[in-house]
Amino acid sequence: MTTATLEVRNLRTYFFTRAGVVKAVDDVSFSIARGQVLGLVGESGSGKTVTGFSIIGLVDPPGRIAGGSIIYQGQDLAQLSEREMRSLRGNRIAMIFQDPMMTLNPVLRIDTQMIESVQAHAKVSHAEARTRARDALGMVGIPSPDERLMAYPHQFSGGMRQRVAIAIALLHHPDLLIADEPTTALDVTIQAQILVEVQKLAATYGTGLIWITHDLSVIAGLADEIAVMYAGRIVETGAADTVLDRPLHPYTHGLIGSVPSRNRRGEKLRQIPGTTPSLLSLPPGCAFRTRCPRADAACEQQPEPSQPMPGQTTRCFHPLLAVPA
Amino acid sequence: MTAGPIIELRGVSKRFGPTYDTAARLTRAISRQLGVAQKNEIVHAVDNVDLSVARGEVVGLVGESGCGKSTLGRMVAGIMPPSEGEVRFKDHDIATLPSDRARDAKLKVQMIFQDPYASLNPRLRVEDIVGEAPLVHGLVKRADFDTYLDAQLRRAGLDPSYRRRYPHQFSGGQRQRIGIARALAVQPEFLVCDEAVAALDVSIQAQILNLFMDLRRELDLTYLFISHDLGVVEHLSDRVLIMYLGRIVESAPTDDVFTRPNHPYTQALLAEVPRIEARKRRFTAIKGEIPSAIAPPSGCHFHPRCPHAMPRCSQETPRLREIAPGHRSACHLNDQV
Repeated sequence: MTTATLEVRNLRTYFFTRAGVVKAVDDVSFSIARGQVLGLVGESGSGKTVTGFSIIGLVDPPGRIAGGSIIYQGQDLAQLSEREMRSLRGNRIAMIFQDPMMTLNPVLRIDTQMIESVQAHAKVSHAEARTRARDALGMVGIPSPDERLMAYPHQFSGGMRQRVAIAIALLHHPDLLIADEPTTALDVTIQAQILVEVQKLAATYGTGLIWITHDLSVIAGLADEIAVMYAGRIVETGAADTVLDRPLHPYTHGLIGSVPSRNRRGEKLRQIPGTTPSLLSLPPGCAFRTRCPRADAACEQQPEPSQPMPGQTTRCFHPLLAVPA
Repeated sequence: MTAGPIIELRGVSKRFGPTYDTAARLTRAISRQLGVAQKNEIVHAVDNVDLSVARGEVVGLVGESGCGKSTLGRMVAGIMPPSEGEVRFKDHDIATLPSDRARDAKLKVQMIFQDPYASLNPRLRVEDIVGEAPLVHGLVKRADFDTYLDAQLRRAGLDPSYRRRYPHQFSGGQRQRIGIARALAVQPEFLVCDEAVAALDVSIQAQILNLFMDLRRELDLTYLFISHDLGVVEHLSDRVLIMYLGRIVESAPTDDVFTRPNHPYTQALLAEVPRIEARKRRFTAIKGEIPSAIAPPSGCHFHPRCPHAMPRCSQETPRLREIAPGHRSACHLNDQV
């Protein structure tokens, strides 16, 4: 592997609420190489979005980064001032959200918003900025970009809006793009169109991509590496194929079994008993142990990351070794 | 399986148009007099659909947003009257039944909704949400109410000791179970599930899908399972209907749809479903977006996006007709060869 575009080490993002400290992200480490796609998978409340927000510096009080480092080109993003962060955000590191209206201002025309984004980070003329904006729209597959620049966000469909958001994120060819469930709200055919564009762009510009999702099937087709999050921690990482075919952590195993798949029609799905625990009252030790079929007394201790198989890391005392997937 | 469908739709359509106030009606009347062209703003949500569901069958209804699948589901469940056509329950047109029998028929068809937050009254306790209907309809006596309610809750996988709680005290998955308990409490024979698992996390979704399958066996239920998620539909259904812009374009046993899709739209849809078995693939995409239902394309609604479109496709609406036993498709390509 070449040098990493981004390296996250022991990241902790805590929310200091009245009810107690919520450890939304707890000791998370991973790295992304140039042009690589990392799938960050987890269910609601597992901390995957907060991980993305921490990287791009969008964690609002009462939350803050309580420890760890986010290394990008030799500097720790967690230590940067807001001013320094602003010069990176939207420029070298960009994010797209599940709801494109989080990116777009409903009362401004698309051209105003895009030209502003171009000029925020590049000293170019208005005309030059406009050309760049138009090219970006064309690149994400928006027909007649010249006309569409003059439109307001509400004049676009959901899929088109998401394309505009992606075009804005890609204006400065960022080194890292964080995509937070950008296709969850879209129809299958539109989702496929967006995935095509994103795949193309990551390949063309060597953009590292963090794709946050709960949908294992999207990740299976897109990611090089997968990191599975549960209750604020990464419980398993590894190459996409390895994690999906030979999961080590019982949670990953359960999650894969929960997805209805072609081969097991009409059979009962292998369900995980119980529900995701509240982050305010996590059991001590492994957070998954109350739902885990393999849990025993050892699991009352916090498992540290181990590497029972080459290239595959898990936090579990009883990983599923040599179990056919 | 007994003969005769439990639910049958005959030429059912649903149109939504704007409602005009007096001033707007007046303006329209005057402009009509002056010969000014009127804007036609009628949405054909469901367009001339025939459907029959046999007892014990699980029918999956698939389509993208705006294709009319929820509207169709609501008409089947009897909570929305069709603009045209008949909804028949056990061989009786519900619209022409005397009111008491129509009510009984409607009680036998229940619906489970997508959003477990919006579909439960936040001010009612679980015991009222689930128990009100069976009491009102005289399905249970006051004296037996407690045992009945506990049994209903337990069947949906809820702890009966939660009966005094309010919906906000439950998680999304548990709320969906409350919705299921409510639907089952009136002893229905037919369930319409409208995206019933779409809002749930994967692990919770698996629990609810398993519950649906258990209930089907236990209570001999028939389902219309509406979803945009082909994986879920494939897992549950005996037969799959594919809908596009208000029309059913293909209907076939589940295996046939997934192994031998006939309609170009079905083929495109299947090609684009992300699957856990498909790794690091190149995504391909059908061009364009779903057109507006206010001004749908002429002829076959899919022709502007179809890779095989011919001149005929924009002029003539293809009929849904049988191309193999039990396999029906609405495409002009089947007339060739």
